[in-house]
Amino acid sequence: MGKAMLKRLGLLIGTLLLVSVLAFTAFSVIPGDPTDAVLGIEATDEQIAAFRAQMGLDLPVWQRYWSWLSAFVTGDFGRSFKFDMPVAKLVADRVQVTLLLAGVAFALIAAISLPLGLLAARRPGGVVDRIITVLTQITMSVPNFVLGIALMYFFALVLKWFQPEYVPLEQGLGPHLRFLVFPALAIALPKSAMTVKLLRGSILGELDQDYIRTAYSKGNSRAAVLRRHVLRNAMIPVVTFLAMAIGDIMAGSIVIEQVFGIPGLGRILISSIGNRDYPVVQAVVVLLAAVVVGCNFLADLLYRVMDPRIDGR
Amino acid sequence: MPKFVKRALLLLVVIAMLPASLYGCTGGTEPTSAPSGDVSNSGSEASAAQSGELPEGNSVTVGIAQDLSSLDPQLAATAGVREVLFNIFEGLVKASPDGSVTPAVASDYELSEDGKTYTFTLREGVTFHNGETVTVEDVVYSLERCAGSENDGTPLVSAFSNAVSIEAVDESHVAVTLAEPSTEFINALTSPVIPAGSGPSITETMVGTGPFRFVSYAPQDNLVMEKYDGYWNQEKAAKLDRVTFKIIPDVNSLVIGLKGETLDMVVHLPNTLLGEVENEFTVHQNTMNIVQALYLNNAVEPFDNELVRQAMYYAIDVDEIIEFVCSGAGVATGTSMYPAQSKYFMPELAENYQKDVEKAKELLAQAGYPDGFTMTITAPSNYAQHMDTAMVLIEQLKAVGITAELIPVEWQSWVDDVYRGRNYQSTVCGIAADDMTAREMLVRYMSDNRKNFIAFSDPEYDEVMAQAMASTDDAEQTALYKRAQEILNERAASLWLQDACELVVMNPELEGFTFYRTYVIDMAAISRK
Amino acid sequence: MVFPRQRNDSTLRKPRNWYLTIGAVLTACMLAFTALGLFWTPYAPSAMNGAARNAPPSAAHPFGCDAYGRDVLSRTLEGAGATLTIALAVLAVGAVCGLVVGALCGYYGGPADALVMRLCDSVAAFPSVLLALVVLAVTGPGRYNVIGALGVLFIPSFARLVRGEFLKYRDRDFVKSARLMGVGDMRIIFVHILPNLWPTLLSGLTIGFNNAVLAEASMSYLGIGVSPTEPSLGYTLKDAQGSLFTLPWCTVFPGLAAVLLILGVGLVGEGIRERMGAAS
Repeated sequence: MGKAMLKRLGLLIGTLLLVSVLAFTAFSVIPGDPTDAVLGIEATDEQIAAFRAQMGLDLPVWQRYWSWLSAFVTGDFGRSFKFDMPVAKLVADRVQVTLLLAGVAFALIAAISLPLGLLAARRPGGVVDRIITVLTQITMSVPNFVLGIALMYFFALVLKWFQPEYVPLEQGLGPHLRFLVFPALAIALPKSAMTVKLLRGSILGELDQDYIRTAYSKGNSRAAVLRRHVLRNAMIPVVTFLAMAIGDIMAGSIVIEQVFGIPGLGRILISSIGNRDYPVVQAVVVLLAAVVVGCNFLADLLYRVMDPRIDGR
Repeated sequence: MPKFVKRALLLLVVIAMLPASLYGCTGGTEPTSAPSGDVSNSGSEASAAQSGELPEGNSVTVGIAQDLSSLDPQLAATAGVREVLFNIFEGLVKASPDGSVTPAVASDYELSEDGKTYTFTLREGVTFHNGETVTVEDVVYSLERCAGSENDGTPLVSAFSNAVSIEAVDESHVAVTLAEPSTEFINALTSPVIPAGSGPSITETMVGTGPFRFVSYAPQDNLVMEKYDGYWNQEKAAKLDRVTFKIIPDVNSLVIGLKGETLDMVVHLPNTLLGEVENEFTVHQNTMNIVQALYLNNAVEPFDNELVRQAMYYAIDVDEIIEFVCSGAGVATGTSMYPAQSKYFMPELAENYQKDVEKAKELLAQAGYPDGFTMTITAPSNYAQHMDTAMVLIEQLKAVGITAELIPVEWQSWVDDVYRGRNYQSTVCGIAADDMTAREMLVRYMSDNRKNFIAFSDPEYDEVMAQAMASTDDAEQTALYKRAQEILNERAASLWLQDACELVVMNPELEGFTFYRTYVIDMAAISRK
Repeated sequence: MVFPRQRNDSTLRKPRNWYLTIGAVLTACMLAFTALGLFWTPYAPSAMNGAARNAPPSAAHPFGCDAYGRDVLSRTLEGAGATLTIALAVLAVGAVCGLVVGALCGYYGGPADALVMRLCDSVAAFPSVLLALVVLAVTGPGRYNVIGALGVLFIPSFARLVRGEFLKYRDRDFVKSARLMGVGDMRIIFVHILPNLWPTLLSGLTIGFNNAVLAEASMSYLGIGVSPTEPSLGYTLKDAQGSLFTLPWCTVFPGLAAVLLILGVGLVGEGIRERMGAAS
């Protein structure tokens, strides 16, 4: 398996390279220039030309990509045009914020959906199942920005459980987490609804397999069947989903960071795209992609652990 | 199958630990980022140190929606940076609420008779936030940096392209000599004075002479400043001990912040939110010193036909737009001038094109479009105000058979394609004077001006503007500028709409807010009741 | 039916019908509502009326009016049509491509599978906003471009889901025996294996519909969605969220329409899934 894993690791790096090329190409296609964000729209042609030459923006795309890449692999992420500071410094704090936000959201998803999914699948059609199904359906149908604003309004203004102002980590881990729980909830709620739904559907699907009937016919108890046979197979699509959900969580955090005013990766990505601040965009895109691809890689690993029938092909 | 149980446990552990391990990773990055002299870190130390001593009541948090760009005080490319840095930095002169300038680091200045040489007398006892006294070297260094001494000679402040020499006359006097006489150059001298030799590191040290000193900046999160006790003008010293500018892009969150009392004040809130805040807070409503218009590309059909432009002006109802978009608080302009330029503003021009559908149809018929035509309106999608205005215009133009299609574009695309590329039919946007002068609002419509993005071309206009700019007689110059405004109105160079409106919302406990005609949020004047 | 599950089966039958019934009724109502919007709206959706600005719901305007005096009912009708069109088209692009790609990759495996999956990973790992923005910056904004951008984004998730299932089934005994009997690959893929995927796939489809509607709303929130002259429910929601507390009807009614639409489709999916589960 080791060799296959190495190969996969190589592919993973290839994926990231592909992503960085895509992002770079995208930036050369769309209109606009970082000069506007730095010099303002009234800058003279001379000012613009001087700036472009100074920043190497007048070189051809591939040349710029190459110099970006060769600097990037040595850990030099370049310098932001808009914020006029090194990208590494700009991004370092944001990585922490966004990963923590995603982590809390992920934990919330696991904490909410695993028990609820099992509960709903235990007695399909029962009152509990029906309530859970309807609740998850409703949670899934609210756009995340509306959910975010509603949560903020309800918890911050009505219940006063938290202050609607971002608390940076430097003010302590406790207050920081306490704030992040609410945006994380806005990301996690719709995702957990989907996970519950998928887990339940997948458990029930497995229950109808022939091998389950065989297991029952051998005189196993329902609980034993569920534990030994069903869960294991039922988890496969769920793990797939959760691994894919990392991407969704990241995408969700882009909107939620905007709503809650959190200075994370998503927010700087949006504003940097707007400013055509491509060193920042490149760094953030590659970072986000690394997280997503890494999680998919992890899901692949888990597949193998859970279902030995899947070989390393 | 104990093996399976083990695996299931493993899986659960992995899932449960994932968030924890993610946190573990990030915990690891902290120490590495700290020694790099992180701006926000140093700020938080200061904030931790200060929070114990400062009375809670004397610090204020101001919500702003837009990100700050480069903090270089002399570059200060965006209005958003300029208005914040006003509190930290000062130039030889500084802006005052009525749009003129008052002496600051200089106590006095003289303009020579030929209008080419400004001589400044340095004020005694002005100190930088690092405690050092401002010297003539600092001033010369700062002005030379504005003129481009630290890059390839391209001025950081464009007005300095007119400066021929900057020199110290003696220990307390500095002379700036211009190539062409200009009474408006004084506005450029609001550019900050910074310590000699600062260089690009000024964005980290942020040492100025203003009533507040810089504490910390975390991009996209906040900028913190504190009262500077050694400010030269004790009469106008800061009344607050600490001010935090908090950057929150979502307007709803800004309102929730006000209501949840984490924000004491919000500037630049869209007028549409008036209903949300007017009952609980002190609301200042003010025009934005821009001219919002349906800018027409005079170089393309059918807008190259003056009759068409006039017909369209008659077809629309400016008052209705102001009512819809600005709750009636905007001011109709009728030309390219906003009311704060009271010396030049001509409110009567806004009366000239009262809505008259019949007349509009008649003019269209004369122009050869009896059944109207189809057109596109390109608008920057991030400006809700302009998008909304475009929607209202589309509805109004339907009445005369003109079918307009709205093309929302991203801001950078707008800059590239519309503003610079002039590749558009019409656009809704707001134009401001970069240097806050009346001249700036008008000079751009001269035929060969590079900022003439509507490609307006009129020989009489060019002549009037040329005379006005050459004139040294104030009354004559004013009359000529007014004539230029009339031409823009008569020719319907574009459909001039309004100086739009926005809100400053404050906790009722705060007082002292003053509107400036330039981009300024003067926090020094604000105090708690 | 001599298995211990028999007791459960009898309890299953009742709720299965309920989900389907409620879901079908809801979906039918929303479809009728949407269809109505295609042919008739009480007012022109974009017509502004200064006299009716901020009007609360009344007999003349059952859903009230927005800040421009536009009839919210008319706008909801129009928006529902736009939203439904976009969601269905996105699903069509995403699910069909994803299904084919996932099935082929999962069944055959090998280097082609690895390559395609890496490509899917790249697309999935690529921040969706940037991808959407690039597509929209190149093609211009508008409904069809939103469909294209979102459709591409939906392929990887379907492909992965389907592939995961195919991995599970391709070495099952019934597949092996079919292969031994000389059944062609295409037939095995689409006739033998695919039907086993229905529960998962339907689950994915209903979730996908949901996601398409919500993704479009997110794009509108970030200002890169449909043109305001052909507003979707998501755009209307975004447009009105600034006055969430003072003009709640501008948000509540389009929001409710979106929720009911998704809820209906979701429940239908749920119902069909129950039925499939019982039938197999």
